[in-house]
Amino acid sequence: MAMALTRRNLHLLCPIFSARLLTTASTSPITIETSLPFTAHNIDPPSRSVQTSPQELLSFFRDMALMRRMEIAADSLYKAKLIRGFCHLYDGQEAVAIGMEAAITRKDCIITAYRDHCLFLGRGGTLLEAFAELMGRKDGCSKGKGGSMHFYKKDGGFYGGHGIVGAQIPLGCGLAFAQKYSKDDNVSFMMYGDGAANQGQLFEALNMAALWDLPAILVCENNHYGMGTAEWRAAKSPAYFKRGDYVPGLKVDGMDALAVKQACKFAKEHALKNGPIILEMDTYRYHGHSMSDPGSTYRTRDEISGIRQERDPVERVRKLILAHDIATEKEMKDNEKEVRKEVDEAIAKAKEIPSPDPSELFTNVYVKGLGVEAFGADRKELRAVLP
Amino acid sequence: MHRAAPRQRQEHNGEQAVPHRYTDGRVSTQRGGCSNSGSITEEGMHKSSPLNPTLKRSSPNGSTLSRFLFWELYREADMLGVLRREVACQGAHAWGLEQGLRVIASRALSSSAKAMTVRDALNSALDEEMSADPKVFVMGEEVGEYQGAYKITKGLLDKYGPERVLDAPITEAGFAGIGVGAAYYGLRPVIEFMTFNFSMQAIDHIINSAAKSNYMSSGQISVPIVFRGPDGAAAGVGAQHSQCYAAWFGACPGLKVLTPYSSEDARGLLKAAIRDPDPVVFLENELLYGESFPVSAEVLDSSFCLPIGKAKIEREGKDVTITAFSKMVGYALQAGDILAKEGISAEVINLRSIRPLDRAAINASVRKTNRLVTVEEGFPQHGVGAEICASVLEDSFEYLDAAVERISGADVPMPYAANLERMAVPQVEDIVRAAKRTCYRSTALAATA
Repeated sequence: MAMALTRRNLHLLCPIFSARLLTTASTSPITIETSLPFTAHNIDPPSRSVQTSPQELLSFFRDMALMRRMEIAADSLYKAKLIRGFCHLYDGQEAVAIGMEAAITRKDCIITAYRDHCLFLGRGGTLLEAFAELMGRKDGCSKGKGGSMHFYKKDGGFYGGHGIVGAQIPLGCGLAFAQKYSKDDNVSFMMYGDGAANQGQLFEALNMAALWDLPAILVCENNHYGMGTAEWRAAKSPAYFKRGDYVPGLKVDGMDALAVKQACKFAKEHALKNGPIILEMDTYRYHGHSMSDPGSTYRTRDEISGIRQERDPVERVRKLILAHDIATEKEMKDNEKEVRKEVDEAIAKAKEIPSPDPSELFTNVYVKGLGVEAFGADRKELRAVLP
Repeated sequence: MHRAAPRQRQEHNGEQAVPHRYTDGRVSTQRGGCSNSGSITEEGMHKSSPLNPTLKRSSPNGSTLSRFLFWELYREADMLGVLRREVACQGAHAWGLEQGLRVIASRALSSSAKAMTVRDALNSALDEEMSADPKVFVMGEEVGEYQGAYKITKGLLDKYGPERVLDAPITEAGFAGIGVGAAYYGLRPVIEFMTFNFSMQAIDHIINSAAKSNYMSSGQISVPIVFRGPDGAAAGVGAQHSQCYAAWFGACPGLKVLTPYSSEDARGLLKAAIRDPDPVVFLENELLYGESFPVSAEVLDSSFCLPIGKAKIEREGKDVTITAFSKMVGYALQAGDILAKEGISAEVINLRSIRPLDRAAINASVRKTNRLVTVEEGFPQHGVGAEICASVLEDSFEYLDAAVERISGADVPMPYAANLERMAVPQVEDIVRAAKRTCYRSTALAATA
């Protein structure tokens, strides 16, 4: 547990202050009850009592605050036209990414759709790589060629970053298949939204995962809106954790990082022995579907602010930290200031990075290009040989 | 009758052969603008023969021995239809039978003529690659216990077990996606579509999840997957089961698209596809599965592999280039024989690879023959032939002596009735007619007075 925490923190470039706070924080266990009980389908739910530690709670706070700050900064960059195209923000859903990371290792795989910035960070990606990619610069995690929806970190077990709704589920079952085939004793988490939950290919893949006992964990991040369509308008049965029928499911308070951690730990143990399981994370996104969507034409502002007040995941952990005297108010405020500074510095650095070289237009089309020619818009003007 | 210059269009009506020197020094002895097909060299024969890929000079004179060997081989090769083609194409012209026998005898001495069906070629290729690399696995409908809908995967389940030969439910989107995900992780899946018509259900995974991933991830996520299965028209299977997808997949950067014709192609290209680190769409043909082709010892070796992106000159010629792939190669070769009897020497190119397309070979051929006919089974609009014609126009415009010609499937969904189906798919006579058009030979004038 402690190893996992320090590995995650290494690249977060902890400034001195909170690094000290984190490393001096105790690792002695605390038990905390989840805010809500788990609702189970075809399985006995795990206990509501979650084992954690002051250090873990502090790292939860720090990482979630970092993710929150990153997404808000991305919003500003998008409005400043430094980020183009699509930009799907995750703020409000941080607890899912953080709780999951706490329960698994980098050998387990995660695959998701296009709301992938924070999951990338959780898997070991850096702020600099993230911002550079968003702005299309050459040192982005995909060298500027992917964009917001195509972040990858294979060495961290993160397989992207996919733009086609629902496609990531069969792909994730494929990862699980490969893990089982290779006898790796690890699991794959495939994240999808309430919108994707109705996709046919989900059921096709789930059927095979169940038939072949694949270590596949389907995680429905139910933020209650598939783009502009509320779940009750899109699904006859919005009880997504039950939709697996013969596949067991668990409904989890997705705004509670500890509940998420407990559920993922439980799911991993189950999947390694018994095959697929569905986790439905009851969560919420503060932003609209993407930066082109204000998010307020199909939801009331009261609803959004109500969730922010009652269920915000970062606030919940802050309250826990204060309630257990793990840190003072001032220390927490300073923590947040540092996070902000870290994000601002990363953005400033990312802005300095140049765009990819024009020759990169033709790289990575193939692993083995066989020396064939590829053409630009005017083939008499622009051609390249693929190595 | 002299032709003024290569580019001028003049109708020729089969007059006495007169030597004509072209501006670039070529000499033709044939009527009109096409050179004598009778001047096929021994070298040319060797190059076009699948019997012996390595060039060997003919053996010393031993006509009795040659004759004996010739008939032995002829009997064996007769059923393959191979020798008949080659003998026919030199029979009437400059070749004496002696010379032909000498060549065939030398081939007999230098290779053992074994035959193999395309089905067995594919099966053996899969078997060998699965044996060589434990990461290779096969997934598809009926590939395991049923031994393969077309028996291509026969015996693999018994040999490699159910963990490596997986029977999938009828859910193409699901199992194609699972295959791609497994390839992301580092395995080497061979995903079978019972026919490529069903690949449309999975096409998002082929294009968006497989083809584009290496580029979008800037090299982090490579996808060493093969999607294989029969493509194109079968016999009487109707509109929804007869489409050719070569042009659609061939358009996509990030994919490699292969179209084997012979057993040698099937073995060499499937092995190359499985070993290749990129996603490969491997388009077979149901009607070719049962056809037998000669294979040399080299082809049968487990290390045999053909290069991806290189076409093969199946038949060398001087007058017109005919490009084809898959089943149409056989038709083009038959057309070549018929054309030879009429004094037109056709060069038949077996494309083998739709993407990358061997533009160099196609253009080199057209620069030699100055005429082009493309042949494909698929729909005409935006087809493979359209790309080849465009490529030739762009790179070899000055060399063309005639407009480029395209032969393709008809611009209709495939009908069921046999007579209509026959009209919807290219026939040999269509290829012959188009080739003649490029030589300015109108068939109406071919009749005797």
